[in-house]
Amino acid sequence: MKTIDQLEQIRAEISAEMAPRFAADRAQGVERHIMVCAGTGCTSSKSLTIIERFKAELEAQGAAEHNRVVRTGCFGLCAMGPVVLVYPEGIFYSHVTPDDVPEIVSEHILKGNLVERLLHREADTGEATHHLEDMEFYKPQMRIALRNCGKIDPENIDEYLAVDGYKALTRILTEKTPAQEIIDAVKASGLRGRGGAGFSTGQKWQFAANADSEDGVKFVCCNADEGDPGAFMDRSILEGDPHSVIEAMIVAGYAIGAHQGYIYVRAEYPIAVHRLEVAIGQAKEYGLLGEDILGSGFSFDLGLRLGAGAFVCGEETALMTSIEGRRGEPRPRPPFPAVKGLFQRPTLLNNVETYANVTWILNHGADAYAAIGTEKSKGTKVFALGGKITNTGLVEVPMGTTLRTIIYDIGGGCPNGKKFKAAQTGGPSGGCIPESLIDTPIDYDSLTAIGSMMGSGGLIVMDEDNCMVDIAKFFLSFCVDESCGKCAPCRIGTKRLYDLLDKITKGEGTLQDLDTIEELCYHLKDSALCALGQTAPNPVLSTLKHFRDEYVAHVVEKRCPAGVCKDLLRYDVDPDKCKGCTLCTRICPAGAISGVLRAPHSIDHTKCVKCGACMETCRFGAISKH
Amino acid sequence: MAEKTVNLTINGLDVTVPAGTTILEAARSVGIRVPTLCFLKGVNEIGACRICVVEVKGARSLVASCVYPVSEGMVVNTNSERVRHSRQLTLELIMSNHRMDCLTCARNSHCELLSLANELGIDAVRYANDHLLPQIEDSAPHLIRDNSKCVLCRRCVSACHKLQSVGVISPNERGFRTHISSAYDRNLDETDCVSCGQCIVACPTGALTVKDDTAKVWAALNDPTKHVVVAPAPAVRVTEGECHGLPIGTNVEGKLITALHRLGFDKVFDVDTAADLTIMEEGTEFLDRLQNGGVLPMITSCSPGWVRYCEMHQPELIPNLSSCKSPQQMLGSMVKTYYAEKAGIDPKDIVMVSVMPCTAKKYEVQREEQRLPNGCMPVDISITTRELSRMIKRAGLLFDHLPDGQFDPLLGVSTGAGTIFGVTGGVMEAALRTVSVKLAGEGMQVDFREVRGMKGVKEAGYFLPGRTVRVAVASGLANAKALLERVKNGQAHYDFIEIMGCPGGCINGGGQPTQSAEVRSFTDVAGLRAKALYQQDMDMPLRRSHENPEIQAIYRDYLGEPGGHKAHELLHTHYVPMKKYRPDQI
Amino acid sequence: MPNCKTVVPYRGTPEQEEELLRFVAEHKGQPGGVMPALQKTQQIFGYLPEEALILVAEGMDVPLSELYSVASFYAQFSFNPKGEHQVSVCLGTACYVKGSADVLEAVEKKLGIRTGSITRDGRFSLDATRCIGACGLAPVMTVGGDVYGRLTPDQVGAILDKYM
Repeated sequence: MKTIDQLEQIRAEISAEMAPRFAADRAQGVERHIMVCAGTGCTSSKSLTIIERFKAELEAQGAAEHNRVVRTGCFGLCAMGPVVLVYPEGIFYSHVTPDDVPEIVSEHILKGNLVERLLHREADTGEATHHLEDMEFYKPQMRIALRNCGKIDPENIDEYLAVDGYKALTRILTEKTPAQEIIDAVKASGLRGRGGAGFSTGQKWQFAANADSEDGVKFVCCNADEGDPGAFMDRSILEGDPHSVIEAMIVAGYAIGAHQGYIYVRAEYPIAVHRLEVAIGQAKEYGLLGEDILGSGFSFDLGLRLGAGAFVCGEETALMTSIEGRRGEPRPRPPFPAVKGLFQRPTLLNNVETYANVTWILNHGADAYAAIGTEKSKGTKVFALGGKITNTGLVEVPMGTTLRTIIYDIGGGCPNGKKFKAAQTGGPSGGCIPESLIDTPIDYDSLTAIGSMMGSGGLIVMDEDNCMVDIAKFFLSFCVDESCGKCAPCRIGTKRLYDLLDKITKGEGTLQDLDTIEELCYHLKDSALCALGQTAPNPVLSTLKHFRDEYVAHVVEKRCPAGVCKDLLRYDVDPDKCKGCTLCTRICPAGAISGVLRAPHSIDHTKCVKCGACMETCRFGAISKH
Repeated sequence: MAEKTVNLTINGLDVTVPAGTTILEAARSVGIRVPTLCFLKGVNEIGACRICVVEVKGARSLVASCVYPVSEGMVVNTNSERVRHSRQLTLELIMSNHRMDCLTCARNSHCELLSLANELGIDAVRYANDHLLPQIEDSAPHLIRDNSKCVLCRRCVSACHKLQSVGVISPNERGFRTHISSAYDRNLDETDCVSCGQCIVACPTGALTVKDDTAKVWAALNDPTKHVVVAPAPAVRVTEGECHGLPIGTNVEGKLITALHRLGFDKVFDVDTAADLTIMEEGTEFLDRLQNGGVLPMITSCSPGWVRYCEMHQPELIPNLSSCKSPQQMLGSMVKTYYAEKAGIDPKDIVMVSVMPCTAKKYEVQREEQRLPNGCMPVDISITTRELSRMIKRAGLLFDHLPDGQFDPLLGVSTGAGTIFGVTGGVMEAALRTVSVKLAGEGMQVDFREVRGMKGVKEAGYFLPGRTVRVAVASGLANAKALLERVKNGQAHYDFIEIMGCPGGCINGGGQPTQSAEVRSFTDVAGLRAKALYQQDMDMPLRRSHENPEIQAIYRDYLGEPGGHKAHELLHTHYVPMKKYRPDQI
Repeated sequence: MPNCKTVVPYRGTPEQEEELLRFVAEHKGQPGGVMPALQKTQQIFGYLPEEALILVAEGMDVPLSELYSVASFYAQFSFNPKGEHQVSVCLGTACYVKGSADVLEAVEKKLGIRTGSITRDGRFSLDATRCIGACGLAPVMTVGGDVYGRLTPDQVGAILDKYM
């Protein structure tokens, strides 16, 4: 247990220690802080080994005393990982391997010489950028939810305290701020739920605060079951700044009158789970969680519940059902969770990113937050950039930023000179946005208007090599797998939609099928029990709308323009290029290629299984697919 | 306190209903019917099938009217083009995953899916489903599951978990792979299923059907070397009529007897008679326990579903179970001994058939502990009310036109006490009628109304000379479980408990005529059937078991004293504790 | 989650069963105790053997069928043991658009098994997973705790050879 004075003392001491990271003058200071990303992405490229090597190397080269290695959360630029940032200069090294460590220590740390070959280079110009804030990737960004990711050691509560952590909570508890005042601030900020639907967070808090509970029990829950296959912002926040979420949940408990909270986190996120466990333990140790927090009389405890791999548990009623220990099936609403939620009690549920914003709002004021973004969508949004884009990673931009800015300025466009084709937002619930709409300022309403949705913020870029029918089929197969199976339209409808798309990708579809698909899509939107089923058709409808030609090509011409759908591919030998080496005849598993030595070969299309082995093997580029 | 009401409009009509009413019920209150599939009031209210969707002004999508509560000023349309189209498409999807072998399906005359298809006008299913193959699971003695016909409405699951607290079937896996099955997809005979059959009567389609034993009966009837005896259970006479178009709660005892005679049975006896015999034995056993410090509370053992539940789920209560065989088994026992002797027939040549409201009886007839000293099983074939109706129809009997018949003598006379065995509280009341006379002499009341009615658990205390007898009655295993929990942890004390496995008792048994979920939701089916039994009881000249002249003759000529040595040998049994999840390991 | 009965004989030890029973006793009657109990069972045994789940059912007074129903709902739970080397190929969106389906196909070919199954010698099991969050490395495959990123189908053979 710490007193408020002790917390202030820690805050002062540690922020002094952390000064090199925030020094205005880069040249100042003898002590260096070597920040190494330990998010999932960099960890899987051995960043933990890098941390160990740094510690060992500093020791070996006698520099351990004045330099420290800090394990941090995600910097965002996952494509360049493992990432190492050296303060106070703020030098950004990318693609660092454990073997690079001795050189960084001997050259940079000891002599002050930058290791040029590891500096980040811009994709378009190839120029080396020294500092993080000069990089094209970071320039248009504004980091609120991710504010501490990469800045602090997520497993050290003192570092969180040093960046004004638990300040809002301390203030509220000592000043005994009326609950309504807090709720009003959240409302005034204009913050909307970052989990998908974009419901007003303040309203949600208000409903939960207003709800009566027979025995006085209410719950605060955090949705950390990030299920969108291609989104990882919640994971990054939990890995990089877990206390910001915990603090917001305690404040929420205070505001709505709850004393117990649950964080429902994906079991597939072992690092996030570990950091949450550490953070909760530290918060309890400091008396920031548990009975009589900081002597204020307010009690709040927090438990972790591990999700077990079900996308549908992102749906609020399903999530609560799952915490209750049952099949994660959604139930009809009303009653809404704010009235009857977890264990039949009034429950407030927000997602990780939403909570991460709340703490910032409480510290900086609702007005400051409301000044960012568009009229109806305030603040910033984190996107997980993935797919055919140079700078895959996490970006946080003000609401209203255009897709073009995100994809080209921040993301560096499609790699290998390929042509941008579409961006997919909102995961399996979202839609594909074609190039013609790339200048749409992104917020909740504009995305819905163009047939997609914000979702949790997955943003997958596709280039000319991606087949949009195949992509629609991919998302449908996801929904078929992830449908809970309770309501008939979703359980069977997604399967039938998948079957129809499969038929089309096999070249067996008819134009009538396209009409059936469309009818079925609108049916699901109107009749499914929960948002999973209601939004499952979005990837199909948006591709049908924007890329109908591609569907028609599959159906009428029996052709896949992007060359993805295997059944529609045709491999042919160019007789002018073929030297008759017979290599392909030997590699073909189906015995479909015939020809004599030194004469052009030919492929029997009735036998060809379209494996592509011949094309890969041919040394003369004589075999092509189309 | 005045009930809070809500005003809304449905299809343009002004409706005022109590707050908390669902749209479905609000619509019914003004004569508007909304089709349903998964909804079964009080049992399965999950809004899953989406057939009952309606349009609510302001709502983004359609809502499930079966679970959506009304609110002030709500504007509902249950019959818009949007609604009708949506229901059609949903049903088409459901049918696309249902093996439609309607011509040969046991449920084709009363399939809820088929009715819906007619009603909603499904003229084609665009998604080929001819790849669906039968998925037969027929390990249990009483039912056949074919998941290729399952529509995943989960009514069976709710019946198993909520009504019966047995919980052997659940939805397994998820999404399109979801299927109803037991843990680890084990066969039902490897689980703690009690064979109550409540899942079967909850099923809207032919996915769950009773195991049809009529072929065995036909074969016996065709075999000239066999003497085939039949006897219907008390509850069958007030339900068989439903299978032939008569209103729920019609007593068809006379026609039933004639039908059985015309089917060719050599003798038609009455299980009611055996029920009177049961009272003699059970009453004696109870008085003995009461007066000589036996294990109390004594719990009835007429319901084989309950007995199996007790053996597996509450084995510590086995000493409390009455050692009496059930009326079905007592009748079979008397037929193969007493009757065989009187008629001079080798009991091995007798085929005893029982017509039961119950599917667990099919399991009970196989129990080895029931075997008679002469080597015979008391009952050979147990068929349900529904199976009998199939035999009657197949034989071309116009049930409605049949004259009333009479049970055959020796085991054909019964009292009102035997009649009410078919309803929850009936065994208790019948026992009290005889026990009270034994304790207090003639002049005691006949009616014990406190133990009647469809409430899940009923309690009463009766002041009899010497002491107050405290009794309790539970029907439905979930209610029984709750009652027994209170007994076990000392919150409640009783001398005598009646438990029937099915909610409402045998009149609502798993072998009874299936009524659609809509009828079950909005009609008191069990109550109407019960009323018919109590009416018959009222009309009987004799209403106490010990007054039954045939019973008196049995003891005088054959058994000796109730509870005596011979009675024990023929009419009593014992029970075996079983491991719930390892039925193979006893 | 695959719809198949457990095909291997139960090899739980008394120590494992005791550990599970201790956990169950601590969590009995706790609201929402079922999921943690299932997760504990899988952690102890590596999968959910029927024998162990019976201990949970009896200990927590929850029908076995309900436990199985819950467990079979979630992708995390398995009713068969995993291979010595668990191979997973990410089929999250980011990986998929970068061709992870082809990677998966290459792994299937190399191991000679279908996704969701295990090699006969029990050495390798193969699963397709949804986003492990390493989208920056797409397409991604994991073998046990080792992560392999930016894969092409032709690299698969050499990687798996290291574990053969």
